[in-house]
Amino acid sequence: MHNLKSITALGGTESRIDAFTHITIAENDGVALASVAARLGKEKKCHTILKKLLGAVPEAGRAQLHDPEAGFWMGPDQWMIGAPRATHELLADDLKGRFGDTASVTEQTGAWVCFDITGPAMPDFCERLCAVPIRQMVAGDARRTVIHHLGCFVIRRETDDHIRILGARASTQTLHHALIITAKAMA
Amino acid sequence: MSQINRLSGGQVNADQPLKFKFDGKSFTGQQGDTLASALLANGVRLMGRSFKYHRPRGVLTAGSEEPNALVELRDDARQEPNTRATTVELFDGLTAKSQNRLGPLQFDLLAINDRFSNFLTAGFYYKTFMWPAAFWEKIYEPIIRHAAGLGSLSLQEDPDVYDKGFLHCDLLIIGAGPAGLAAALTAGRSGAQVILADEDFRMGGRLNCETFALGDQSGADWADSVIAELASLPNVRVMPRTTIIGAFDHGIYGAVERISDHKLVPDAGKPRQILWRIYTKRTVLAAGAIERPIAFENNDRPGIMLASAIRTYANRFAVAADQRVAIFTNNDDGHRTAQDLYAKGVKISAVVDVRPDAPRSMDYEVLSGEVIDTKGRLGLTFAEVRLADGSLRTLECGALGVSGGWNPNVHMTCHQRGRPTWNDALAAFVPGGTLPQGMTVAGAANGDMTTTGALKTGAAAARAALKDLGLTAKTIKLPQAEDTPVAIKPFWYVAGCSRAWLDQQNDVTVKDVKLSHQEGFRSVEHLKRYTTLGMATDQGKTSNMGGLAIMAELAGKTIPDVGTTIFRPPYTPTSIGVLAGRHRGQEFHPKRLTPSHKWATEQGAVFVEVGNWLRAQWFPRAGETTWRESVDREVLATRKSVGVCDVTTLGKVDVQGTDAAAFLNKIYCNAFAKLDVGKTRYGLMLREDGIAKDDGTAARLAEDHFVVTTTTANALPVYRHMEFVRQCLLPDMDVQLISTTEAWAQYAIAGPNSRALLQKIVDPDTDISNAVFPFMACANITVCGGLRARLFRISFSGELAYEIAVPTAYGDAMIRKIMEVGAEFDVTAYGTEALGVMRIEKGHAAGNELNGTTTAQNLGMGRMVSKTKDSIGSKLSEREGLNAAGDLRQVGIRPVNPADPVPAGAHLMNADGPVDAAHDQGYVTSACFSPNLGHAIALGFLKDGDTRLGEVMRLVSPLNGFATTVEIVSAHFIDPEGERLRA
Repeated sequence: MHNLKSITALGGTESRIDAFTHITIAENDGVALASVAARLGKEKKCHTILKKLLGAVPEAGRAQLHDPEAGFWMGPDQWMIGAPRATHELLADDLKGRFGDTASVTEQTGAWVCFDITGPAMPDFCERLCAVPIRQMVAGDARRTVIHHLGCFVIRRETDDHIRILGARASTQTLHHALIITAKAMA
Repeated sequence: MSQINRLSGGQVNADQPLKFKFDGKSFTGQQGDTLASALLANGVRLMGRSFKYHRPRGVLTAGSEEPNALVELRDDARQEPNTRATTVELFDGLTAKSQNRLGPLQFDLLAINDRFSNFLTAGFYYKTFMWPAAFWEKIYEPIIRHAAGLGSLSLQEDPDVYDKGFLHCDLLIIGAGPAGLAAALTAGRSGAQVILADEDFRMGGRLNCETFALGDQSGADWADSVIAELASLPNVRVMPRTTIIGAFDHGIYGAVERISDHKLVPDAGKPRQILWRIYTKRTVLAAGAIERPIAFENNDRPGIMLASAIRTYANRFAVAADQRVAIFTNNDDGHRTAQDLYAKGVKISAVVDVRPDAPRSMDYEVLSGEVIDTKGRLGLTFAEVRLADGSLRTLECGALGVSGGWNPNVHMTCHQRGRPTWNDALAAFVPGGTLPQGMTVAGAANGDMTTTGALKTGAAAARAALKDLGLTAKTIKLPQAEDTPVAIKPFWYVAGCSRAWLDQQNDVTVKDVKLSHQEGFRSVEHLKRYTTLGMATDQGKTSNMGGLAIMAELAGKTIPDVGTTIFRPPYTPTSIGVLAGRHRGQEFHPKRLTPSHKWATEQGAVFVEVGNWLRAQWFPRAGETTWRESVDREVLATRKSVGVCDVTTLGKVDVQGTDAAAFLNKIYCNAFAKLDVGKTRYGLMLREDGIAKDDGTAARLAEDHFVVTTTTANALPVYRHMEFVRQCLLPDMDVQLISTTEAWAQYAIAGPNSRALLQKIVDPDTDISNAVFPFMACANITVCGGLRARLFRISFSGELAYEIAVPTAYGDAMIRKIMEVGAEFDVTAYGTEALGVMRIEKGHAAGNELNGTTTAQNLGMGRMVSKTKDSIGSKLSEREGLNAAGDLRQVGIRPVNPADPVPAGAHLMNADGPVDAAHDQGYVTSACFSPNLGHAIALGFLKDGDTRLGEVMRLVSPLNGFATTVEIVSAHFIDPEGERLRA
């Protein structure tokens, strides 16, 4: 076991939670990520493995909210796979083992910050944050969008008041600031 | 002053008095008032001074089309100029000042301009201020700048916050008058997702301003009941105080919602305004119509208003514009104002109608004729009337309501370059041509001028929109309402006037339009530019039609032949603050922080912005008083022992696939196909035109897996370029790309002790000796007891050096570990400045050299461009023009006198001869002080530079008079043989 201690994207040793009466913004440091892109000519085999892994192949604009691995569509024949980091620290290696030469797998855990937004005001909050049609989205809808000039993914989770936002890790503080001032502006 | 003009009734609350100040004087208004209505209630007619002539002006309208009653609202940092008193919702504690005056409003010293009006006609500024030339900058321009403009800025930072947001709906309804409400009710009850927006704080449009009944309710009550129902529907979003400012592409509309403008200060943390971007599938424009005035002599005195505005003030705000009112009209609607005011007990001096067959009244006098002049220094006192029989009549009045007909509000229909069409019956333009995607127009905005027409067309527009969307629309029962067509005789101005005002905001008269025509301006767009008709905050909403009509008459054309100017967003003035939203100050653009940022901050690092990245520039230590001391120390310590630098910001692109090597062979001009696994190679990327695009390294981690690095600045452009090539140029290649720039924390560890330091981090099963892990080696390894990592033996500094990458979450721990285990080697953190110094000492090209104008040949890398394969840019790099004699070559430059600087940007000239552009020999691209050499050094480009080593030249900077003597040397100042990096 190595002797280096990780920090969260916001720089803490624990995930940060900002709770307001109407909305809760929770940094989620517990998600391991890896991208999977089908190799040319091996798309069907890749889809088969993906379906076995997630239960279905996520289509454009959709996430497969599967447990423990989940995934969402990022581009043609390209998906982001997520799993609990505690049990899937080596997710990319694991996926490479499953997909073999049917897909290119790239570790993405460190590239992203994940925020879980919950609360009754989530739809209002989302409307003030980005251009996703939150009131039309259903569980499992995943949209690429821009938040404060930052490319992000917004995924509608199972419960009605929950979205997950994935943003670039290096810009975590900017993204977090955008989330906080939005929450405060609505308070 | 008491509210001497306050009537009873209306939609104001007499039980909620509100105190406010205008020009320092205290007044009382009522809840529901605008600033304009409250001032009128208090007998204040004079509200401002005109733009050019500083003529006394009062309110003309009761809406956002107001040209005259512009005020500076609020004080200090919140002071906002050019605010229309007609749209300012009164609140307790409001303060406002009149603007564009020198001295008190009643005695504006600049009113002297009016005496010189003959010299200040349209376009006077194109003909004056020509001489003496020297006067322009020092005298004319300062005076004009001082006199120009309307209100003034506080020049303080805006203390309020602004927000933005995004909404989606099936149907956007613009305007909550009868047409908009009928549309909203139809769509809302049918279950569609509806947004109903209106710029007014009280929805209902003209229903609030008229005395017509809708069924058994007043118009205002019917509107209230409909709005209450709509607000109760979960699928309807009712947005008062919200102006749709523009119709943009693909059914996207901009909207500004005024959240806090009706409060003294916004609630803590709450935005003042929100800029909404509305994505809608269909739109019903129900923006109503705007009444237009008639131009006649001195038609701009305070007290002269649109007849509909006088009616609005009376019916909605319970305010009589004055106790004695006259009307001047060319249509039936003007008579309604007289009827309503008469019913409220206001004295009607007379109704003057240009039509001989005007409707008569038993209650007041109706005259056939024209108003030919008015009197009253600071406000209207008398109107001069020329009757149809030629006789003259003087009417005593404090207010004169003018109605020249109504213009459908076509503004929003034209934002996608649609052009309105002419309607003879209305003598007005109505929506025509191609409307913005998904838009239909209803009610008065479409020329349906009756309440019944508005209700019916509004409901029908909603039904059609829903049907279009595949939704089933319910039919709603509409109330009975007035359905009387308005008869009108087109009449634009009274003939024979010398100063009849068309555009009161810009002081444009009928005479100015005639002058413009006389001077040859035939296009309506030229008329606008020459006279300023239709410019500024109101964009000519009350004046454009008059100008067009006169222009048509002069040119012998019809009005539709003259056409309109282009309507552009925003519909009404929009604050820059709301356009900026949250993106201001420190938050103007996002920040990207490196994995070592927290640690670097603890060390007191000085940061520099590199794109959005914040990189440590240097790490000052106690006792160091200048940045040079810090940077020199970092450079010397690195070359002496070992230094560490965060290089995470360099772009990293994961390239995988069976064709990954072949793909890189196309992307880079040098060969990559045969690069061994476990090896890294420097790569130069060319543009299609043969110019150098970017450089970096590609490390082969497996047969089908490379990691490409780019420069920090070009991380995104290079990734985009690679994706373009993959998707569009080489779609048959099996290659997959994804950025991993932020996935890995990467540190350069450089210096003779770098291997010794790394051996304390790298797990024992990895041999990093020179024999096993030589220069340009790479590998997936583990560190610190098992953490996955990547190690590259590459060097930007020219020293024995490595770059080690760990997952970003461990980046903070890794820098701390490096510093901890490196303590015995006096490991030194270095920033971008030291990085730059060392790369110049080594002669490595960077962004300054790959500056978009240079080729591989210029950079001394011409032989890298492989002739044995095809790569992007390789063919065009062979162009004659890029391979001529006398081409620039990268060289090193040092001062002959070691104490002299070698500034970047300076140009090289031969030792003798003229110093001018024609004799330019080259230029300095990068320069620094080399602490290792003890003098300044530089890289640069010199004609035939590779053959001129040892030549002494002049280095000059004519911009600041700098000149020195330099020697041309090899670009490799340190370790030219490369022994250190291979050690």
